[in-house]
Amino acid sequence: MMIPTRTTVRTTTETTTDVKTSSALQAHLILASRFENIEVAERALLDLCAQAGCGGEDEYWLVTALREALANAIRHGNKQDPSRKIRIDLGIEDRVVRIRVEDEGQGFDPSAIPDPTEPQNLLRPSGRGIFYMRQFMNRVDFDRASHGGTAVTMVRELEPKTRSAEDEKSSS
Amino acid sequence: MKSLVRDEGEVRVIVLSGKITIGSGDVKLRELIAGALDEGKTKILLDLAGVAAIDSSGIGEMVACYTTVTKRKGQLKLLRLSPKINDILQVTQLITVFDVFDNENEARASFA
Repeated sequence: MMIPTRTTVRTTTETTTDVKTSSALQAHLILASRFENIEVAERALLDLCAQAGCGGEDEYWLVTALREALANAIRHGNKQDPSRKIRIDLGIEDRVVRIRVEDEGQGFDPSAIPDPTEPQNLLRPSGRGIFYMRQFMNRVDFDRASHGGTAVTMVRELEPKTRSAEDEKSSS
Repeated sequence: MKSLVRDEGEVRVIVLSGKITIGSGDVKLRELIAGALDEGKTKILLDLAGVAAIDSSGIGEMVACYTTVTKRKGQLKLLRLSPKINDILQVTQLITVFDVFDNENEARASFA
């Protein structure tokens, strides 16, 4: 049986990263509401993807969706107030990736966001973030966060694993 | 995001690389377009071959730039989309808004 290992990393950007590795890969981060911290969360997701053997299209679109959720949480939820925190849960289990992002904002009604692909909305400079997330993830759900703001949970099933050269070698 | 700016006749060619994302790339793009317009350059070609990622803020900024340039009686066109950027412009339907070219000479010649 694999023994879970736990690593805690604290950086100067008021970031706490708590990574637990077991059969299910997980990372939990609490970040200050700064756009620079999107890179920190992206790095954590890329590390999990590497451990899960997930790359290419999956990795690219997962990162894209995560960045959109964080941008929304920082800009619209927490109004770029660094004293407000963003809570991020990343998990990969059985080839399913689950991303949850919570802010401390006032909440909003996602159904009130107009469809950005309607002709009258095409030239609007904003309002595409949630559309992006829905395009690149299999499921996107909004609910109330534990600290009172908005929580978005996104799920993507990974592409089936292709047999690597090493697999081929070991099976021959 | 990095940029390289050159003028080919009346056309301002802006070669972008890296990420056009919230908080950095999007702001820089706005400044590059504002700078071109301030210099009287209203025929603008954005070369996106080196752009690895563009988020919804980057796309939003590109749309805002398009609107700004059009209001100044100018034209903003796109050159050499990477496959991922092409995918994003397709799903957002913005491919129907922008003139997109694969060849720079053809792109430059298309400006009225």
